[in-house]
Amino acid sequence: MTTGHDRPARSLLSVDDLGTDGILRILDLADHMAEVNRRPNPKVPALRGKTVCSVFFEDSTRTRLSFETAAKRLSADTMTFSVSQSSLNKGESLRDTIDTISAMGVDAFVIRHASSGTPWQVDHWTTASVINAGDGWHSHPTQGLLDAYTVRTSLGRTGGLEGLRIAIVGDIKHSRVARSTSTAFRLLGADVTLVAPRTLLPPVVEEPTTEDLDGIIEDLDVLYMLRMQNERMNEALVPSLREYTSRFGLTPERAARLAPQTLVMHPGPINRGVEIAVDPGELPGAVITQQVTNGIAVRMAVLFDLLGSGEPGTEGTSR
Amino acid sequence: MTAEQPGGARPEPKHVLGPDDVRRAIIRIAHEIIERNRGLDGVVIVGVHRGGVWLAQALGAEIARIDESHPVPVGSVDASLYRDDIGMRPVSPGAVSDLSFDVDGATVVLVDDVLYTGRTVRAALDAVADYGRPRAVQLAVLVDRGHRELPIRPDYVGKNLPTSTDENVSATADGVVIS
Repeated sequence: MTTGHDRPARSLLSVDDLGTDGILRILDLADHMAEVNRRPNPKVPALRGKTVCSVFFEDSTRTRLSFETAAKRLSADTMTFSVSQSSLNKGESLRDTIDTISAMGVDAFVIRHASSGTPWQVDHWTTASVINAGDGWHSHPTQGLLDAYTVRTSLGRTGGLEGLRIAIVGDIKHSRVARSTSTAFRLLGADVTLVAPRTLLPPVVEEPTTEDLDGIIEDLDVLYMLRMQNERMNEALVPSLREYTSRFGLTPERAARLAPQTLVMHPGPINRGVEIAVDPGELPGAVITQQVTNGIAVRMAVLFDLLGSGEPGTEGTSR
Repeated sequence: MTAEQPGGARPEPKHVLGPDDVRRAIIRIAHEIIERNRGLDGVVIVGVHRGGVWLAQALGAEIARIDESHPVPVGSVDASLYRDDIGMRPVSPGAVSDLSFDVDGATVVLVDDVLYTGRTVRAALDAVADYGRPRAVQLAVLVDRGHRELPIRPDYVGKNLPTSTDENVSATADGVVIS
């Protein structure tokens, strides 16, 4: 998949766009950003004069705050487009909204939308960089990158994730996180297995699938639990949340069977008692808070990669 | 930072210094650092990624050999997030900065392999300042090739090397080569 532009590194729309080399480039940059974040004064002047606008058409706290923190730590200016206070309520179209914000001189849009493909559409309308912060069921590339970065740093690796056995458990079908994270893991060489009831699997998947979590749980390097969305119950895709937990949840019995070094991950927010029915703080391998912390470093790396790098002689981000 | 010119095809790389010359220059600079600072109290050595790191380590090892009672901390700093040409060229940061000691009140000897425009040193000064307020910052380079674009001068120089801007200078422990 391409962005449809001559400068492929201008926007980040999906993990596939980056490819293995691009992912590794971002993860290496994230090491630098993590070092910045460990300092008493976690701020560098790298993106002075750049403006990053977050445009969120869906609720989000952690992703939006994470992006805005990342932009500020690189000394970029941030703007927040809040849908509820906007002219969208007066009937302004998405295109007019993007054109209006673009006219104010924005270098990057961070966009989340309930409709798959919206960031691609926006990318055609603007010359600014576009970062997909989640579109429908489709894609959430920075989540995939921060998950890959969390596995890599937690296991003390420097290159890819070759040979790691990773299970992603839960509502694969409706999850943009599952799609981006499994792609990132796979492109870095990990063996990914998707674990879900058949009703929660998409019709076509590239990874092997199973309904038998108990059959593989003892042989995992990473156990990635997805959020079970309550609204799926209304669609009768699982018989009951209790049954879901008993077959696919991280129960105390399953937690006891995990190898101590197995990483336990979750994109948040956790439905306590559903997909994770134990206290994550008592799991030795839980890296769920590290995922949040790493999210800032990885988003700094993405912003710097898109806005801070340029080929001499090309027009681009030096406005 | 070495020069960034891809330039014309120069068939004959010119060897300016050999490995022994580089070793002697490092020994001399190590002595000069001790002499200028009247000892080693509060002196720390910081190599600038990428080219200055090996030289900083070599200087640190040489100073430890001269004065065993005063081991000098050696760190490194990556200046790529502080450059003034961000967005104008491809960015490829070196290794991650490693300043595990306190630079507040220290005398920081900043080390790079080749001093050229001075812009890398300018960025490295800003980077060091984000870790604390050194008492003083001094600059040691193996080669000063001229063409400064900023008011920056080295305190310790291995060799002054007049060059033209279309030449490329590389400086390693194996020697200094103009190509």
